[in-house]
Parts: sequence; C-alpha cells; structure tokens
Amino acid sequence: MISLYLPERTWLHAIPAGWKLAALALISLVISPIESLPVMGALILAVLALYASLGSAALRQLALLRAMWPLFAILLAFHWWNGDLIFGLVVLTRLLAMILLANAVTMTTRMDAMMDAVEPILRPLGWVGLSPRAVALMVAMMIRFIPLLFALWEALNESYRARTGKRGGWRLLAPFCIQTLRLSHHTAEALAARGGAPRGDRR
Amino acid sequence: MKDRSLVQIALYAAIFAVLGLLPKFDIPLAGGVPITAQSMGAMLAGVMLGAWRGAAAMVLMLFVVALGAPLLAGGRGGLGVFFTPSIGFIVGWVAVAFVAGAIMQALRKAPVFPAALIASVVGGIVVMYAFGIVGMAMRTQLSLLDATKACLIFIPGDAIKAVLTALVAQTVARGLPEALLSRNA
Repeated sequence: MISLYLPERTWLHAIPAGWKLAALALISLVISPIESLPVMGALILAVLALYASLGSAALRQLALLRAMWPLFAILLAFHWWNGDLIFGLVVLTRLLAMILLANAVTMTTRMDAMMDAVEPILRPLGWVGLSPRAVALMVAMMIRFIPLLFALWEALNESYRARTGKRGGWRLLAPFCIQTLRLSHHTAEALAARGGAPRGDRR
Repeated sequence: MKDRSLVQIALYAAIFAVLGLLPKFDIPLAGGVPITAQSMGAMLAGVMLGAWRGAAAMVLMLFVVALGAPLLAGGRGGLGVFFTPSIGFIVGWVAVAFVAGAIMQALRKAPVFPAALIASVVGGIVVMYAFGIVGMAMRTQLSLLDATKACLIFIPGDAIKAVLTALVAQTVARGLPEALLSRNA
C-alpha cells in the first residue's frame, strides 16, 4: 500500500495536527465565496510554492491529480458551454487549491497524530456507549484486516485458476464474503476471550 | 455495541478498501467506462450487515481515509478527497449502506435475490446519485441538470454492480445463511 505520508520531516511536520486542520478549515471557509481569477491564481501559486518548500517527494504527489483530469475537463467544458469560461476556471483553481492543501496536511501528519487531534470530537460518542478507545480498536482492526483480506482473495483466486485456468474476478465475491465472515467470527471470539472491546464507561 | 458488531463493521470497512485496491477487478459489459468495484462495497455493507452496521462500516472507512490512508480506488485518500467534486458520492456511501440495509431488513420475508436487488438499486443508484449529483453541483457550481449529465455515464456500471451484489447476497444466503446479518438481526 502506497502511503500518502512523507517520511522525511519538513517544517510542516513540526506544526501540530490540530493547527493544520484548523488552518485548512479556515482557508476553505474564506476562499469559498471568492470569485476572482487573479486571487485564485495567486492561491494556486502559493500552494505550489508550499509543495516546492516541502521537497521533491511532495511535488511528486501532484501526480495524484492525474486521475482527475477527465473530470476537470468535463467540468470546464460544461462551464464553457454555459458561456462562462472564466467562472469555470475560478471553480477549477479553487478545487485544485483545496485538494492540494488538504493533501498537504495528510502528507505531513502521521495517522496517530491525526487520531489524537480528532479524539475530542469523538468524545460525545461516549454518550451512546462507544468509547474513543473502541473507535481506535476498530480503526486498528480495519487496517489489519486489509492485508489479510488481500491474502484471502489471492488464495481464492489461485484455487479458482487451478480449477479453470481463468482469473476468478467477480465470481470470487460470494466465497470471499463467506470466508471473511468466518474470519470475523473468529476475531470476535478472540476479542471476547480477551475481555471484549472497551466500553463507554471505562476509559 | 457487541464485540461481534464491532468486528463486522471493521470487516466491511476493510472489504470496501480491498475492492478499491484490487488491481483490474473487471466487471463484464463495462464497455470502456472506467468503473471501480468500490461503490459495490457500500451496497454489500448495507445488504449484508443491515442499516446501522452497514452505515457504521462506511463511516469508519471514511474516518480512516480522512486520517490519511489511501484506501479509495486508485490509491486516493487523505483529506484531499473530501475537497474533490466527488464528495457527494463519497459521503453518499454512508447513506447507500443505510438505505440498502433498511430495505433488506424491511424485505426480510421476501426471497433473497429480489430483495437484495431492490436494496442495491434503490441504495446504490437512486440514493447514491442523489447525493453524488447534489455534491457535484455544489462543488463545481454547475446546475443540477449539467451535473446530472456529467454523472450519467456511470449508471450502467452501477446497475451491473447492483446485480452482482444481489447475486453475491443470494450465494452467501445459500452457503452460510447466518452470515446475512440483515436477515437475522
């Protein structure tokens, strides 16, 4: 799995996650009503400068936008069709700037730091009996399940190929679901045997 | 919440991620339109787990994506995806799972295949496009009609996914009946 996080430390890494999230929210609120192309152009240049200041690994992440070009082209075409190309460009640059800014926060914040930053927001879940630790447990379980499920899929695919010589594709979905649910029963039993998931009352 | 529900929510969130990360998961008749199997994960979560657990699985998945994991199709993830024009679809997955699950639970007495098909079509197409189109129109400042036009090419792919979801649900119901939690909750 390719990580979006940049391993080498930059100046943006040093800023606490909460501040970065607050800044992101603030910028997104401030720029959403602005409809001037020069301002948006300046913003996108500033964002690119930010990426440049984070080093070449950050600049390489600009390639992530590649998959979105068709959508952007359609968007621009519709605005052009409606006779407002300039407005279309404003909307497009605003989208690009916000996507890149948000990605910059992700690039420079570790997942556990992000988890800690949002923990206060999760606290109200305690009122419905779900402790933040249970949420953390689910996040950990989900991330652990992913490579496990990959291996399971590969095993199913291989046995299908052994029988038919073809790739399984969607035909594997039903056995995959059955196998994964078996797996989840075992995991739940193992969890219960170790005292169960953290409850809301005990922290 | 019971331990089992907790594990199943995490499981379907992971299945959703795996469906997006599997390379070349080809769906027949796709006809050149780039479709990912991922939105099927939302239908599956609802149809298999029922409304609340299905929606919780999608919320968990979005939460982990927001924390920075590149779990969406094509290795996308992080906070950036919440600022793309696809935000309506992304947030809509929660509603997809919830509606599909609710329909599945309401049709508990009906045979599995038609019930799952109705649940996936209403959840995975009607609800998903309602969210997706409104989100796209808001983000791109296009009119709802233009946003609808921009989204329409994906509907055939999602129709295929709805049928596949129903087939999977039927096979699971035969192979491991207690796995269809939306039926025996």
